[in-house]
Amino acid sequence: MGLLSKKDSKLILDPLADNNPITIQVLGICSALAITAQLKASIVMAVSVMVVLAVGNVVISLLRNVIPGKIRIIAQLIIVAALVIIVDQVLKAFAYSLSKQLSVFIGLIITNCIIMGRFEAFALANKPWRSFLDGIGNAAGYGLILIIVGFFRELLGSGTLLGFKVLGDPIAKTGLYAFGYENNGFMLLSPMALIVIGIIIWVQRSRNKELIEEH
Amino acid sequence: MAKFTDKNSYTILFSVIMVLVVGSLLAGVAQGLRGKISENERFEKQQNILYAMGVDNNEGTGSVEFIPTKEVEAVFHKYIKKQLVIQGDEATEDENAYLIDIKKEETHANDDANYKRKLPLFIGEKEGKTYYIIPMRGKGLWDAIWGYVSLDKDLVVEGVYFDHKGETPGLGANIKERFFMDDFEGEQIMNGNAFVGITVAKGNNDPLNERKEDHKVDALAGATITGNGVTAMIKKDVARYIPFLEKFNKEQ
Repeated sequence: MGLLSKKDSKLILDPLADNNPITIQVLGICSALAITAQLKASIVMAVSVMVVLAVGNVVISLLRNVIPGKIRIIAQLIIVAALVIIVDQVLKAFAYSLSKQLSVFIGLIITNCIIMGRFEAFALANKPWRSFLDGIGNAAGYGLILIIVGFFRELLGSGTLLGFKVLGDPIAKTGLYAFGYENNGFMLLSPMALIVIGIIIWVQRSRNKELIEEH
Repeated sequence: MAKFTDKNSYTILFSVIMVLVVGSLLAGVAQGLRGKISENERFEKQQNILYAMGVDNNEGTGSVEFIPTKEVEAVFHKYIKKQLVIQGDEATEDENAYLIDIKKEETHANDDANYKRKLPLFIGEKEGKTYYIIPMRGKGLWDAIWGYVSLDKDLVVEGVYFDHKGETPGLGANIKERFFMDDFEGEQIMNGNAFVGITVAKGNNDPLNERKEDHKVDALAGATITGNGVTAMIKKDVARYIPFLEKFNKEQ
């Protein structure tokens, strides 16, 4: 990477795999279970979190020397809430249909523990540029898992991808359905998302034994 | 040496300044954008009402496209011939009836038993056919759901539009998808002379929705409570209009 130093590119690449927020740090699980029934929703959520986390990390990092230690969590919460509300209002005024599509995601972003986690663990102790990269990296690692889970849940649960009927039409019995294939309705429910994430964790740790925690 | 940020006085000063700055920033943004946002919401209502009577820009079987915001005002006045406000037995014409806040009317009626709530009714006309469009509001799993249903003169459903505030994406939020909304077309809400509404039913076993007389549409997988909310909303809100619509039909 010519653009970034080795240390900086590590900030982006690490959370994608060996320090993934979902599979290693086990943060942001709730939204990963709730909104991954469709691939499109997963992608929208991934992008929204990336914007908020990158901007929020920079703001926190700029203020890191003036935020009092005793109330730092409250200060972080207020900053992320204010950011999200401003984004929401601006979208409502200038991109109304987009804001309709995002509806609940906006609220879910505030409650995402990855955001507060990165503010607390990284942005409070690092310079803005590095915090920005950290935000992008962690949001990408989070988004990657969301998209993988969304892919399998939509494919196996509804037989579609991004709304396109890739396996044929279940009602008209074309494509795979002509051979007696059935959609697995379980995949649409949250418990199956947990199982999919569990499988990802299993695959990842069996490929890289260093990730297995000692007990 | 203790950092200056550890002092109590600094903490208090910081929180006061932070609250003032963030508070005025948010108030400023909300104030500055309010006009634009309420304009958007007004257009959205017009778009939704038109959508229920089949005036839309849909392309293909999966898309939900409204009349574009720029044109919707003119199109709305072209298709919606009459807007009525029903209050008790009286019906008056009011060209801003679509702006009536159903939620406020409902709360008001709940608080005060003597209050006769205003019921807006829109009468549309497309290709010589008359549509009665009724607004609805109910509860989903997480938050409010609402919508419009358009009926023809025989009180058969011509089209619906549903929307929601915070249903789960991919599950309950699918009430605003074509595959759900389209199922309502042609369904009957009356059984003889009695109002029965339309039930969002599990195990309806009619995925193509070929049976139109059963007052049932197929439920959404994983969204039982949202579906029940839709059923309840139709039963509760459409029923209010039935006596009036029957009277209105006779007079015509």
